[in-house]
Amino acid sequence: MKENKDILDKTLKRKHKLQAKDVKVFYDDFMAIKGIDMNIRANKITAFIGPSGCGKSTFLRLFNRMNDYVDGFRMEGEILIDGENIYKKKVNVEQLRKQVGMVFQKPNPFPKSIYENVAYGLKIQGIKDKAFLKDKVEESLKQVGLWNEVKEDINKSALALSGGQQQRLCIARTLAVEPSIILMDEPTSALDPISTAKIEELIYQLKEKYTIVIVTHNMQQAGRISDYTAFFYMGELIEYDKSKKLFTNPEKQQTENYITGRFG
Amino acid sequence: MRKLKETVIEKGLLGSALVTIAVTVGIILVLSIEAVRFFEEVSIVDFLTDTQWTPLYTEKHFGILPLLSGTLLTSFIAIIFAVPVGLSISIYISEYAPRSFRKTIKPALELLAAVPTVVYGFFALTVVTPFLQSFIPGLSGFNSLSAGLVMGIMIIPFISSLSEDALHAVPNSLREAAYGMGSTKLQNAFRVLVPAASSGIIVSIILAISRAIGETMIVAIAAGQQPRLTMDPTVPVETITAYIVQVSLGDVQHGSLEYRTIFAAGITLFIFTFLLNTISYRIRKKFREKYE
Repeated sequence: MKENKDILDKTLKRKHKLQAKDVKVFYDDFMAIKGIDMNIRANKITAFIGPSGCGKSTFLRLFNRMNDYVDGFRMEGEILIDGENIYKKKVNVEQLRKQVGMVFQKPNPFPKSIYENVAYGLKIQGIKDKAFLKDKVEESLKQVGLWNEVKEDINKSALALSGGQQQRLCIARTLAVEPSIILMDEPTSALDPISTAKIEELIYQLKEKYTIVIVTHNMQQAGRISDYTAFFYMGELIEYDKSKKLFTNPEKQQTENYITGRFG
Repeated sequence: MRKLKETVIEKGLLGSALVTIAVTVGIILVLSIEAVRFFEEVSIVDFLTDTQWTPLYTEKHFGILPLLSGTLLTSFIAIIFAVPVGLSISIYISEYAPRSFRKTIKPALELLAAVPTVVYGFFALTVVTPFLQSFIPGLSGFNSLSAGLVMGIMIIPFISSLSEDALHAVPNSLREAAYGMGSTKLQNAFRVLVPAASSGIIVSIILAISRAIGETMIVAIAAGQQPRLTMDPTVPVETITAYIVQVSLGDVQHGSLEYRTIFAAGITLFIFTFLLNTISYRIRKKFREKYE
């Protein structure tokens, strides 16, 4: 807990939470990321946009090493979090993932109760204190605005919730372990507009405490909630700027073509 | 011409389906009719409560309990041995083994189920029993322990293969969720995947139990032929299947009461395996609904 707070304090002082230095990613012989340099700011929302297959999801998953399980995955370059290279041999990947939470495209709650879902991350750290777990579960569910909807059914299966509720549960599950960074891989693409609006509002509130990186196919969404937007195309970072600037007055022709819907 | 051909093929397929159903119905009928005749002479209460099974002796007792206890004891030993081993194998293959190794080990394991059971029985009697006798001094030459253990080896592939299928069918998104939360491989396997695949794993165990209860050769060879109501794994017992073999091979007169005992024993066995199969079918159906 204290460690987390220290890191949070450090984060506030440091402008660049996440850094990529000349990152190249290969899947066997295919080059998916072709040398990207990028700095992502703390306590901001950064959106990754671009057509399917442009490498934005692959790039996102570098920050919590989720690509490690993909067959044929190989990486060159450095990914730094708070100035530390997370691809060094000594890095404890499990520990890293507690710092860097992730929310996926399709809501993927465990087939367990709502309570067990939120408590999961703490329980695997060996925390057994029931009162602490209960408080933490309540706090996390309140953070995502789900508490009032589910407080009576906390021991019922998470699979009985609606898609939007499941996704908020997955965010609560991530928040419960107090990460400092949250990666979101198209978190609303499987949801209806009302649920999407709720999640967007939630993401917007979360940036006070967390650094958020979100991959999205929805450009209105990127424009609405993000502070910075990065446009990826064919494994390259084409343009990266304040969202306001990128969506109204992009530097590059490719970016303009994409955001105006001329391709992609 | 073409239409005729279609019709002939269709009727042919229907015919073969009907033959299987007819055979099953026939078996159940014969079993039931002979069993009913048996119960005309022996009361069903005696059958279920008498603690002795001595139909071939002068003083006849027709209590199924000793045979049932023999069957359950050997199956219990087999399951106790096979579940942890089979489950560990399935988790290893599904989550740890490299893909190439997985391709070799799965068929190799399934080969265990292809070994003729008479070989297993022989193995239990001539290898496992003497081996166990070297550190369990009181162990009889025929006993349920070695028969049960060897039967356990035989059913390992039922558990490992079906459980592995169930683990493999767990959507990848759950693995991602578990790893994304900072789970280790072991935590992912035991806290997320095994619970998520539990219905498939339970089905595999039930099918393995059903297989163990119906297994004949191993217990007939290695467990003995002494119906005895006991939970002691070191002494000879007799299972329902072994008794049926014993009577079928012996010189009991057809149509006699002694002869009909095998149908009474048979229908008891049938009811057990039928119930187990029904339960596993139900669970499987429920399981399918969950992920589609």
